[in-house]
Amino acid sequence: MSDRGRTLFDKIWEQHLVGQRTDGRELIYIDRHVLHDLHAPHAFGKLAQAGRKVRRPDLTFSMQDHSVSVQPGRTDDTYAEGAAFVRAMREGSAKNGVRVFDLGDPDQGISHVVAPELGLVLPGATHAVPDSHACTVGGLGALAFGCGTTELEHILATQVITLFRPKRLRVNLLGSLGADVAGKDVALAIIAKLGVAGGRGFAIEFAGPVARALPIEGRLTLCNLTIEMGSRSGFVAPDDATFNWIKGRPFAPDGAQWDQALAYWRTLFTDADAVYDKEIDVDCSGLAPQITWGTEPSQVIGIDGRVPDPSLLDADKRAPVERAISYMGLEPGAAIEGLPVGRVFIGSCTNSRLPDLEIAAAIVKGRKVAPGVTAWAVPGSSQVKRDAEARGLDRIFKEAGFLWGESGCSMCAGTNGDMGADGERVLSTTNRNFENRQGRGVRTHLVGPALAAAAAVTGRITDVRKL
Amino acid sequence: MQPFTTLSGPAMPMIEDDINTDQIAPLQLSKGLSPDWGALLFKRQRMNADGSDNDHVLNKPQYQNPAILVANENFGCGSSRESAVWCLTGVGIRCVIARSIADIFRENCLLNGLLPIELSGTDMDRLQALVTQIDGGQPFTVDLPAQSVHAPNGETFAFEISASDKTRLLEGLDEVGLTMKHEGEIVAFEEKMRASMPWTQEARDRRR
Repeated sequence: MSDRGRTLFDKIWEQHLVGQRTDGRELIYIDRHVLHDLHAPHAFGKLAQAGRKVRRPDLTFSMQDHSVSVQPGRTDDTYAEGAAFVRAMREGSAKNGVRVFDLGDPDQGISHVVAPELGLVLPGATHAVPDSHACTVGGLGALAFGCGTTELEHILATQVITLFRPKRLRVNLLGSLGADVAGKDVALAIIAKLGVAGGRGFAIEFAGPVARALPIEGRLTLCNLTIEMGSRSGFVAPDDATFNWIKGRPFAPDGAQWDQALAYWRTLFTDADAVYDKEIDVDCSGLAPQITWGTEPSQVIGIDGRVPDPSLLDADKRAPVERAISYMGLEPGAAIEGLPVGRVFIGSCTNSRLPDLEIAAAIVKGRKVAPGVTAWAVPGSSQVKRDAEARGLDRIFKEAGFLWGESGCSMCAGTNGDMGADGERVLSTTNRNFENRQGRGVRTHLVGPALAAAAAVTGRITDVRKL
Repeated sequence: MQPFTTLSGPAMPMIEDDINTDQIAPLQLSKGLSPDWGALLFKRQRMNADGSDNDHVLNKPQYQNPAILVANENFGCGSSRESAVWCLTGVGIRCVIARSIADIFRENCLLNGLLPIELSGTDMDRLQALVTQIDGGQPFTVDLPAQSVHAPNGETFAFEISASDKTRLLEGLDEVGLTMKHEGEIVAFEEKMRASMPWTQEARDRRR
């Protein structure tokens, strides 16, 4: 190791380095492993087939989120196709001694919402989930890795993940945010600049005054979209806001252990003379609320912007833009504002925490969902749902005509059957606007909760700043 | 894991950027825990609204048993779902050639005996042109020991792969077995952490 200062990424990596395999891969210890029902059943099956056990069931937790219905009064069978997953998850977890946050459990919810909320994830800790949005928890200064099913099985058996060390990228978020602009808008603006593959091979540190000023939930939203930049891991260095947010959470250390942990967490920053493999600056001053117009997350404009005109682009850049415009049913060069909307979804691991629901409810309050619009608000966890209800947010949504759902992933990926209709224009606070992601022919625009709520009550894509 | 040495068969062109794992494995259309993964491959894109086949490349007669898929930039981006790889291997595709391949998808390939090849520049321009032109009419061959792709007209394209990934594919090694050779180090790490940072080694619900 050189005497040069280290990045935060290197500090966390080296702290968790167990050894190096003969094939050159490094073994990184996983402090907390969180599973979900869509992929874990297969890994439990393969593990049993190989005659192996879960090495650290005490550091492993199961969430029911992807296959579950979010309809009020749901059971295993409300979404019939999901029942096999939910039951296999329950049985596999029980057999392996893993605690499962099941339907009806007061802590059930989306893994990336629940793990921070319970204090399962901590600053400087490593975290794995068989889900690409594992990166979300980087908002607490944890280093997370989304992984596949075989990697999941490997971590269950060994408690380590085998990786080549990624390069380091710092994204400096400069300036300050205006009204009605939050973590989601910042993340989309970064993707617009970096592209959907710009972070490939890197771990990303989000830094600068805007990252510092974001509330913890906003940092979780920002880090959630790391994978949409092409990177597996992204994080914000923890600070007093982080520590205050974590203190007192059910699985957070307490007493003397808290003091000891806090002293360590205060060393979790990038040294002044550390060098990154790549750095970019994104000036967030004057940033308008962002909205995707196309079919991948870098096809982003401000709410006051216009759909690109392919005829003005270089010939070799036209085809994907033309295809996206056609799929999305847009006019080249037209304003995005004013387009009629069929459905609004507020939820998912990206934007389903209490502050997201508060932002949306403040806009919805005293208004009605526009005729012909289907609007859903789906809290990210059962705890968020209770907190929101204690503040009366459920009444605001329900009186306006929203569905107030139980917690789960719902129509983010539609793996619980929640989807839009063919050709429907959907404003969604989720993370992927891919063709057909939310149902065949569904036209998804990614937005933050403010723009989603504004569209629900006007029935059109609306600049919330004018409401 | 099935070892990979050489592979011969039709090379199927899908020369697009950012083909994501939602497209490759549209899980919304699958039923149950063990669906026919091959039948799910690009299912949304290769059928009409009424469920009938459209003109997608996978529906062409010459690609009923494809071996190689040739794409462009950032193949396999998006969701970490390993079923994207299972869908590809489900129809016999055991090699993907692209200008770049997304990180998690690439790892999933290596763990399932699917060879991910990254080729760039004029080599890739030429290979894509050949694959498009031959259109499944004659087989391409991938030779992992020699690190080369052979077109039916005799043209050869060399590719890079790390020594460790190459060995992993050639030998079809048991990953968990490889790691568990380090079990002593894992145990020692846990003991060290239990002593120095005990909160990392216990996840206790303090309400209970």
